[in-house]
Amino acid sequence: MSRGRSAGTDLALRNVTKRYGAVSALTDVSLAVEAGELLTILGPSGSGKTTLLKVVAGFELPEAGIVMLGGSDVTERPPAARNIGMVFQNYALFPHMTVRENVAFPLEMRRVPRRLIEEKVARALALVELTGYEARLPTQLSGGQQQRVALARAIVFDPILLLLDEPFGALDRKLREQMQLEVRRLQRQLGLTTLFITHDQEEALVLSDRIAVMSHGRIEQIGAPDEIYERPANGFVADFVGESNVIAGRAAARKDGLVEIELEDGARICVAGDRIPDAGAEVRVLVRPERLELASDGAAINRVAGTVVETVYLGTSYKYRLRVPGGREWLVRRPVRAGEAPLAPGDSVAVGFAPGDAHLIAG
Amino acid sequence: MTEAVATLPLAAGDRVRRRHARSVLGALALSTPALVLLLVFFALPLLRLFWLSVDAGTFLPYEKALTERLYLTVFWETFKIAAAVTVLTLLLGYPVAYFLATTTRLWQFVGFAFVMLPFWTSILVRTYAWMVLLGRNGVVNRTLLDLGLITEPLPLLHNFTGVLIGMVHVLLPYMIFPIYNAMRKVDADLVRAAEGLGAPGYAVFRRIYLPLTMEGVLAGTTLVFILSLGFFITPALLGGGRVAMIAVIIEQQVREFLNWGFAGALSVVLLASTLVVYGLVHRLLRPRFAEGVR
Amino acid sequence: MRRRRISAGRIALDLFVGLVFFFLVLPLLIVFPISFSSAPYLQFPPPGFSWQWYERYFGDPVWIDATILSLEVAAATTVLSLAVGVPLAFALTRVRFPGREAIEKLSATPIIVPTIIYSIAVYGLFAKLRLIGEWYGIAIAHTLHALPFVVIVVTAGLRRFDINQELAACGLGASRLQAVRRVTLPQIKPSLVTAAFLAFITSFDELVIAMFLAGSNMTLPKKMFDNIRMEIDPTIAAISALQIVFVSVLLVLAGRFGEDQRGIANAR
Repeated sequence: MSRGRSAGTDLALRNVTKRYGAVSALTDVSLAVEAGELLTILGPSGSGKTTLLKVVAGFELPEAGIVMLGGSDVTERPPAARNIGMVFQNYALFPHMTVRENVAFPLEMRRVPRRLIEEKVARALALVELTGYEARLPTQLSGGQQQRVALARAIVFDPILLLLDEPFGALDRKLREQMQLEVRRLQRQLGLTTLFITHDQEEALVLSDRIAVMSHGRIEQIGAPDEIYERPANGFVADFVGESNVIAGRAAARKDGLVEIELEDGARICVAGDRIPDAGAEVRVLVRPERLELASDGAAINRVAGTVVETVYLGTSYKYRLRVPGGREWLVRRPVRAGEAPLAPGDSVAVGFAPGDAHLIAG
Repeated sequence: MTEAVATLPLAAGDRVRRRHARSVLGALALSTPALVLLLVFFALPLLRLFWLSVDAGTFLPYEKALTERLYLTVFWETFKIAAAVTVLTLLLGYPVAYFLATTTRLWQFVGFAFVMLPFWTSILVRTYAWMVLLGRNGVVNRTLLDLGLITEPLPLLHNFTGVLIGMVHVLLPYMIFPIYNAMRKVDADLVRAAEGLGAPGYAVFRRIYLPLTMEGVLAGTTLVFILSLGFFITPALLGGGRVAMIAVIIEQQVREFLNWGFAGALSVVLLASTLVVYGLVHRLLRPRFAEGVR
Repeated sequence: MRRRRISAGRIALDLFVGLVFFFLVLPLLIVFPISFSSAPYLQFPPPGFSWQWYERYFGDPVWIDATILSLEVAAATTVLSLAVGVPLAFALTRVRFPGREAIEKLSATPIIVPTIIYSIAVYGLFAKLRLIGEWYGIAIAHTLHALPFVVIVVTAGLRRFDINQELAACGLGASRLQAVRRVTLPQIKPSLVTAAFLAFITSFDELVIAMFLAGSNMTLPKKMFDNIRMEIDPTIAAISALQIVFVSVLLVLAGRFGEDQRGIANAR
């Protein structure tokens, strides 16, 4: 079942456009998934990620563009001839078939000899640790077990691509985390090229080799998880992936690789930036809550005085909502430490951040 | 990036249109056998019948149907029976539906058996049974005489009463089901909420239950009324030739007098009344249905 | 189970409903004792027990032939109405196409056209086509009569069916036809069983159409109708009892393999 594929591109979309009536669900989307890679399509509902999935699976034909799978153009090929293993949102296990029959189904459709079917089914079920459950019906399985069956059914025929459509949505938190790790392990072990669809940014960060963030039928940014989180390409990505404080201002001056930015209320902050905007250009500065430091933590260049409005205990950290000058609110997240009393609403504190902890995004 | 859309080649979307056309063709192919049957063996004979009713190029059969006293009486009688049957089935059916919707699972099962079994039994079987029950020497009269409740057998068969009893028996389930379905949709929490707000039982019923189940009542009454208008077997057997409903007259016109034109005219009038009733209620129900569905 | 207050109103309701139930089953119950009557004519209560009316039914070729003809016509109606109704239900639920609504409406109209009107209309046509007296003529007319039930039940079944199941099958390598055969049809089997049951009973019990189309042939309802008109002898009671048992068995089977009874109630 391990395929040891040579490196290359397994799935590529080129300038794909799909419309429903007057509504454009996908606009000029291009994308490539490398062999053995797990690429996540991350976006809110209505962003077009489901349409993208349907186009890749062959359930929808795009008005324009090409879908390449394993080196050949499959744009107009029916789903059955694409060799994609898919796990549906609610698994779509066939309720009238046993576990064995479910997993054997794709092999039967491919006219695999009976003896080989037995072998492959047994191996796939062993991989997902469900040996012994062959004769059960899907309704006699727990949610996690159902998902394993769906996974076994999707990989048993050595597909070119594994397609996962929000597969963890129906599981409770603990099981979800366990299954995520397991899917990741299987995917690595078998070298499965995988396209993963989700709206859950945490899940995307944990699982992916790369993430493509979608909104309104377009891809906003593609990159490794840390890249997406640390250096979001625009306000949408910054806002959708993780919590963020966004500060609007105007580039005022540059010095020593830093950009000085003038805020609306006249205050100035310094930010490191690889792209240095022209003086006077509108810019926005992103600072993640955990990168903000309270004054007691040490010296901070960009220092602002604020008042605690709300304190939330999160187990491993405290989250504070601060009111800062200019009527804005900032979120600050600090780890919980022994012997350190949390701030209480009404407390006055100074917060700041190092220039390297902030990220400049285009206006 | 809006230019990308604007500069799509002209042919873009053609393949989508082609595929859609193919699936539409597939659907039409799947519909064709049924469609052919419906057109050839349903629409065609009905149109032919209507054609026969105006064949001579005159409306004489219609004039006869709508002016002659005999036929006006038949229409009047038919509507009267249909109305009576509708009212009676509603009076009997609403409490039954309420019982089925509010009782325990076990009683619901038993109750459904009581409603379903006669429902599925041939009308002929039931009509025969009513003849045995309602005759001058029938079971009902004998029992009542034996109990000393009456001294003379009641005239229950071969008259209006007999037809009414038989038809109510046949049509009662058609009233119960739509009302029951409407009641099942009533949120039990709503009723409990009303009770919790201090509304007494009858007020809960009148202010909450009745308005919410009106849709089912309307659907049931229409269905029963429409079906009553075209009833044939029950009036033919239990009416004993003395209760002339329109369907009986139509059959007579064709079988005994081979008077196709006139039978056609009567049919058109009957069908038109049916459609008018159906259309009126549909219009009344439509906005609420639309709300419920979307 | 929920606790219920026992009020006077509830007791009155239960009593009233009990009476209605009695009214509903009374005619069914009455035919059983009569069918075992030893009296030479209709008499109630029966003076003694005998099998004579059952013997008379099974011994009379006219009755038996009529029964066989009715069974044949009902079977043909079931097959034909499913054969055209199921594909139509697929077309109606799967694709939006011009005329779809019109076709759906047309397929339901036979319900609201009074049977007597349809009967004489189709009688006129079949007389022209020389189809009177042919069993398949009756089966065709009965198919039109049963088609709306089949389409309504199967369409509802398909609308409830999760289309992702079929997509999943296609994605796993099944052709459209294989997906429908292996995944869709097995899952809507309850609807199919219910539809078949409805079609069968609709035809088996149907009198008016058969009266016009059967010519000199006798279907069971037609023979019963004639018999009831001429002489009310207890043979009818025996047949009625047999029919009630037959339908009850079918009902249990349909309940076992078909949809919830309440589903059927909706369709009819």
